Amino acid sequence: MSTPDDTLDQGRRRFMLSGALVVGFSLLPGANVLAQEVIADEGAAVKIAKETQMLAGSLKTNPYLDAWIKIDPNGLVTVFTGKVELGTGVRTALLQVAAEELDMAPSLIKFLTADTGLSPDEGLTAGSHTIADSGSALLNAAAQVRGLLVDAAAQQLGVDAATLVVRDARITAPDGRSMTYGDTVQHVDLHRNALPVSPLKDPKSFKVIGTSMQRLDIPAKVTGGVAYVQDMQLPGMVHARAVLPPSYGATLLEMNDQTVLKMPGVLKIVRDGNFVSVVATDEWQAILAQRALSAACKWSAGRALPDPATVHQQLKTLATQNIEIANKRDPAAPAVKTLGATYIKRYLMHGSIGPSCSIAVFDNDLMTVWTHSQGVYPLRDALAEMLSMPKEKLRCIHTEGSGCYGHNGADDVAAHAALVARAMPGKPIRVQYMRDQENLWDLFTPAMITEVKASLDAQGNIVDWDYALWSSSHNERIVNAGRLMPATLLSKPFVSAPSVPMVQPEGGGDRNAIPLYRLPVVHVMNHFSPTMPLRTSAMRSLGAHTNVFAIESFMDELAFAAHIDPVKFRLKHLDDTRAQDVIRLTAQKFGWPHPPRKRNHGVGFAFGKYKNLMAYVAIAVEVSVERETGQVRLERAVASVDTGQIVNPDGIRNQIEGGILQSSSWTLFEELKYDTQQIRSFDWSSYPILRFSAVPDSVEVHLIDRPGMPFLGTAEAAMGPTAGAIANALFDATGQRLRQMPLAGDGLRQVIDA
Amino acid sequence: MIKLTVNGIEHELDIDPSMPLLYALRNPLQLHGAKFGCGLGQCGACTVIVDDRAVFSCLLPVSAIGNRRVRTIESLGTGDKPGKLQQAFIDHQAAQCGYCIAGMIMRATALLEKTPHPTEAQLREHMEPNLCRCSTHMRILAAIRQVAGMTEATQ
Repeated sequence: MSTPDDTLDQGRRRFMLSGALVVGFSLLPGANVLAQEVIADEGAAVKIAKETQMLAGSLKTNPYLDAWIKIDPNGLVTVFTGKVELGTGVRTALLQVAAEELDMAPSLIKFLTADTGLSPDEGLTAGSHTIADSGSALLNAAAQVRGLLVDAAAQQLGVDAATLVVRDARITAPDGRSMTYGDTVQHVDLHRNALPVSPLKDPKSFKVIGTSMQRLDIPAKVTGGVAYVQDMQLPGMVHARAVLPPSYGATLLEMNDQTVLKMPGVLKIVRDGNFVSVVATDEWQAILAQRALSAACKWSAGRALPDPATVHQQLKTLATQNIEIANKRDPAAPAVKTLGATYIKRYLMHGSIGPSCSIAVFDNDLMTVWTHSQGVYPLRDALAEMLSMPKEKLRCIHTEGSGCYGHNGADDVAAHAALVARAMPGKPIRVQYMRDQENLWDLFTPAMITEVKASLDAQGNIVDWDYALWSSSHNERIVNAGRLMPATLLSKPFVSAPSVPMVQPEGGGDRNAIPLYRLPVVHVMNHFSPTMPLRTSAMRSLGAHTNVFAIESFMDELAFAAHIDPVKFRLKHLDDTRAQDVIRLTAQKFGWPHPPRKRNHGVGFAFGKYKNLMAYVAIAVEVSVERETGQVRLERAVASVDTGQIVNPDGIRNQIEGGILQSSSWTLFEELKYDTQQIRSFDWSSYPILRFSAVPDSVEVHLIDRPGMPFLGTAEAAMGPTAGAIANALFDATGQRLRQMPLAGDGLRQVIDA
Repeated sequence: MIKLTVNGIEHELDIDPSMPLLYALRNPLQLHGAKFGCGLGQCGACTVIVDDRAVFSCLLPVSAIGNRRVRTIESLGTGDKPGKLQQAFIDHQAAQCGYCIAGMIMRATALLEKTPHPTEAQLREHMEPNLCRCSTHMRILAAIRQVAGMTEATQ
């Protein structure tokens, strides 16, 4: 699986095993002073000015304190984040962070999320970055603002700042005199750059951080309040529905729209090339018109899709960028045993329960778009390009939608709404995709294949490790108008920016491809295919789900070959004490090694540190197998998590519990159905996911708090370890190694029968 | 004109008789709790109660409802004064994105009205039609068990 050196993409070589979140590079080769930093993440690369490189989190890109915290003379405190609520509860956690360092009750703060008209630009809300980027920025910005206000109050009151007490936006001197933040802010200019060092509180004194504050958004969500962009109603709002091509690249040959125009409530048909939408007064009228118009459209055959039976082999031939992400050759003991294995993951779908939706209004040359996009700024820029409008004339306001789990139709439907809105100035246009459109035009998570080979010495230590993966793009985020599906349908179509691999240490397809284990000899290759025909992009954890599945499955195989308990085997190969701690805690809480199992039951263990940079997760599971059908049930899971300083313990538990169950669904049940003509998973019967009957009896999540340590992103951290633990439990239950996801069902039955 | 009794209030609506109940609730009646998910009766995001049964409002034409009473999540309580199940969902923080939750609560309401103390197997079987992609199932079950006075799941 090694690739000859001459095909290596030297320009994309990155340091291996790096712990840094930021990748340095120089714009001028050989120059040593003008070094810039680039944050390697989903979406467009972000350049960091030299003078802000030392700042915390997103203060690097938005250094002004008043971009985050505004205080008016009446004392109203408004806190901004450039991130959004995607259903993880992070909005509440961010508020807790700001409230803690501002010494205010959270209820006294007005807290706003991403809006290109108001908030800082923090790019995308993705990659479990929010608490690390925005949380760290808010922690430090709030501490600095409080520090400035206290200093100013000390001066006004003529006392030593150290004697002042702050509580709920009031600064009080020992003699009882006090000033509010509103009084004090008149003596401070908050429009100033943040400093690298902040007067942070002692974590021991935290009152809000570390508590399970209830989420702000849940009461409306459980009582039918307006909670989503899908629920918004604007005066005069009308409803549009899209007619989309039946396959990629199909062109509209004929459209007999006369009868549709006569249907009740129909206001307009908007057509531009292959872009077709129908607008009606009422939503149901729009749906009926959309059905009629779909039937009245004739399309050419589109581009062929790969054959699902051979797609993994095809991936190998289509991979044109061969990126070496790790190559270390330290001295090692002689190998006595060598093992190898190949792992397969098929295309998966995001599967939002609520199809994507957006509202746009074009009024007085201003376009306003309410969207559940993960990145309102990148979306605004692409919409400006698509509409040939200046950016200042566009405003994208984040409004919650159904959970997305990554790059789904959110941005596309916003482009749809904007195109229709431009054709009908003054009318608020609401567009929601239908279920089949959401599915067929999803940006699927790519099929992957990985190969691993490793050797053990006589003592059962791993002495070499060679890993390679093949994948297409996990990052088709909105970096130009051509990344918006509707823009590619126009008579003058926009073309997508070329697919490029994400770089280490975060990685895309190669996320978590470098094991955290101590390996004297390690070689890891990321083979990137920029030209796979299916639309793909980011889904929760990107390649980490597959890479951790493969690595943790293979660790189990090696442990078995070495006759060492798999938990002991992992501990023996880890130097990171935080990794060891989560593994030990999980083993203890689960009761590992487990007493003799019931027939057809098995237990499995896995570990991962998300991206090798974020939260640590160790998990043990018990599964049961129905041998006659290959059906599998996850019976029980016990996980331990270290996310650094914990902001909201219940929020972390909720994300890990959800991650474990969602990953069990991906790993056991899910695969996109398609053939060479079309995507066939158009509904939930052709794309079955976890239902209540398959839900475990118990899921326990144990937390390790690290007061004062950096916040580590959590929401995607369980995906890979869960997959690995399930695969290992299936081996324990059946004696067979399952290496192709989805693991349950007919494939498993055949392996058992063989 | 279509007559609909929703949450105890009678409405006369000038709407297409073929319109599924979901769209009548969400648009003319401005009740947004029930959600569009699939339009195919496969996910349960649109679940409401008609008389005493949980139904997919995305499939049921308004003309087929007649005198039957329609109840939506809005009838159970408000953000300030949540109903029992709603409060249990808040207590357990039983939501992530929450898009499926109104449907979950309505389906659970229909169960508990008929079977106030279901077994674990009855609970799961009853909830089977409703999907949650965030996979908040453990908390959804825990919230319903709280109201039903059930202990933790053991088999």
